Amino acid sequence: MARTIGRFGILLRTTAVRMSALYLGLFAICAVVLVFYVTDLTSSLLTYQTKQVVQDELKVLGNFYRRGGVSMLIGHIDRRSREPGANLYTIAASNGQILAGNVESLQSGILEREGWTERPFSYRRFYQPEGTPGHAALAEVIFLPNGMRVLVGRDLGEPTKFRSMVQRSLVMALGIMVIGALVIWFVIGRRALQRIDRVSQASQKIMAGDLGQRLPVSGSGDEFDRLSESLNAMLGRIERLNEGLRQVSDNIAHDLKTPLTRLRNRAEAALAGNEDGPAYRAAMEEVIDESDQLIRTFNALLMISRVEAGSAVAEMNKVDLTQIAHDAEELYEPVADEAGVCLSSRIQDGIEVSGNRELIGQALTNLIDNAIKYTAGCDNEARVEVALENGGDGIILSVSDNGPGIPENRRDDVKKRFVRLDESRTKPGTGLGLSLVDAIMALHGGRLDLVCNGDGNSGLRARMVFDRRG
Amino acid sequence: MVCFSSEYSPNMPVMKILVIEDDLEAASYLVKAFNESGIVTDHASDGDLGFYLATENNYDVMVIDRMLPKRDGLSIVTELREKSIDTPVLILSALGQVDDRVTGLRAGGDDYLPKPYSFSELLARVEVLGRRKGMRDNDTVYRVGDLELDRLAHEVHRAGQRITLQPREFRLLEYLMKHAGQVVTRTMLLENVWDYHFDPQTNVIDVHISRLRSKIEKGFDKALLRTVRGAGYILKADG
Repeated sequence: MARTIGRFGILLRTTAVRMSALYLGLFAICAVVLVFYVTDLTSSLLTYQTKQVVQDELKVLGNFYRRGGVSMLIGHIDRRSREPGANLYTIAASNGQILAGNVESLQSGILEREGWTERPFSYRRFYQPEGTPGHAALAEVIFLPNGMRVLVGRDLGEPTKFRSMVQRSLVMALGIMVIGALVIWFVIGRRALQRIDRVSQASQKIMAGDLGQRLPVSGSGDEFDRLSESLNAMLGRIERLNEGLRQVSDNIAHDLKTPLTRLRNRAEAALAGNEDGPAYRAAMEEVIDESDQLIRTFNALLMISRVEAGSAVAEMNKVDLTQIAHDAEELYEPVADEAGVCLSSRIQDGIEVSGNRELIGQALTNLIDNAIKYTAGCDNEARVEVALENGGDGIILSVSDNGPGIPENRRDDVKKRFVRLDESRTKPGTGLGLSLVDAIMALHGGRLDLVCNGDGNSGLRARMVFDRRG
Repeated sequence: MVCFSSEYSPNMPVMKILVIEDDLEAASYLVKAFNESGIVTDHASDGDLGFYLATENNYDVMVIDRMLPKRDGLSIVTELREKSIDTPVLILSALGQVDDRVTGLRAGGDDYLPKPYSFSELLARVEVLGRRKGMRDNDTVYRVGDLELDRLAHEVHRAGQRITLQPREFRLLEYLMKHAGQVVTRTMLLENVWDYHFDPQTNVIDVHISRLRSKIEKGFDKALLRTVRGAGYILKADG
């Protein structure tokens, strides 16, 4: 019982119910005003009609009186009185005694005053059955020069009936309306409440940690569905981000544990051994190198997440891609040389894009770095080429090599953080290089394409594709 | 005792710096490490105290954290510059975004180091900033031992013998000679010679240095360009 009352209380507080209550109130006020207005209008109209009829009648009677005096007047009234549905006619002597007409008795005092009766008065007709209540009428009284009084009136039975009928039907309509509104109010409010309840149940499950849960969509396409749909889309995005985050933190934990363990072991070994000064020093230096590598990994991670955070991070300017490409080639030429890799370039002049020089430079050097690292030491003559062209596909800055390449099914994987093809992780690197390039290209509204270089599966061509509008 | 900079010598004037850093653990480590490197260090743990010390004392370098209690690091730098105090400032930042460097330098900072950094990196940068006042910016010829670099003629000679360098090698040597006797780190070289502020994955700088080294040292008996492990390089005539 208490629950029912509680629910009813909640129902009363829903927006739908509040709105409908407001409308109902406004509507009821309007309806009442309307009822009064209509009935008032009807009665004044009927009164006006009554007066019109009475005056016309009096005009006719006046004609008879002028033509034939009192006797003709009485004759005419007598005749008119007998007609069915006749008006009220009375001719009375100056002392009030009724001489002719169809009225048996009148409310007293009516014949005393000339002109329109102020209010409806009661009267009895001839032959009216005993015991029935008197009728009400409006009439005009005229005094003839000889002191006789003529009264012509009209029964108010019809207009009164009409008026009360209008009033009754309006009141009834209003009543039906109120009941209808209450029912609709209850149904809509309850329905809204049920929908909301289902949504909040779902969201409670989500809050409890079930991110796969979605808000119910009824399929009717109403406002609740639209709200649910966009919230569901949001939840989907949150779930994906959360999943990505979880994966990344798993990877981070995993990938940082190894070097940290190594670091610890080295320090421990140095401490345990009976090493002399220089060996001790060498061990310490190794420890520092190892921690530098860790810091580098952290920096790379931070960099990626900042770049991924969006365009607010970096200032975009017009940058000279040609210059960046030349600089990168020049920066890596000695490295390639030392690794026995032939680094060449095919760089088109005067190509500019809107972007961040630092980031593009870093992305390009990452690609060159990778290419040299993975191409060096292969059987064939290692070659890496840096190319910049403004072609049909847009502005493309690419690094191609004739190294082992990346199997087609792993090309998307390697863009993820910490994913390295080299499972044994013998080659130096953080496994973050391509992730950063990918993030940087996304920030520039472009993309990173990894395609085969030449025939077969061998060789890799990493293409940084810039949108030409950019 | 840990000796981060092997290049400290007692006859150099003692450098006095101010560190404004709210992380007390980091700060006490910095103060200790700087002192051990022969740098007298004052510490302020919040922005107000830091600003007060900066205006009351005469420091050679100030190391200012960007995010500080009471007032932020950048506003300190800006106000110091408005008061015409042009002590070199190195801004430390946990943010390290690409443009943070730009905002930091625009506010009046002279150098910028994102966290996490290694102390050797910070020390090298502080020393370079601190010795900047007596810098040989206007010298047209740098000399280290028998090595000579003519900045106008773009020529390098060692013991009277002409050495041919690529343009970038020339800039690299120029920077090293300008800071002769000081440790310069790999990132400082990348910043000043290549104008890039990221951390290269491999030993790009090392390879450039070893090329340069072979050019300026091959055939000569004395080594000039030495590697400081865990820190960077130093160009020095004797030792």
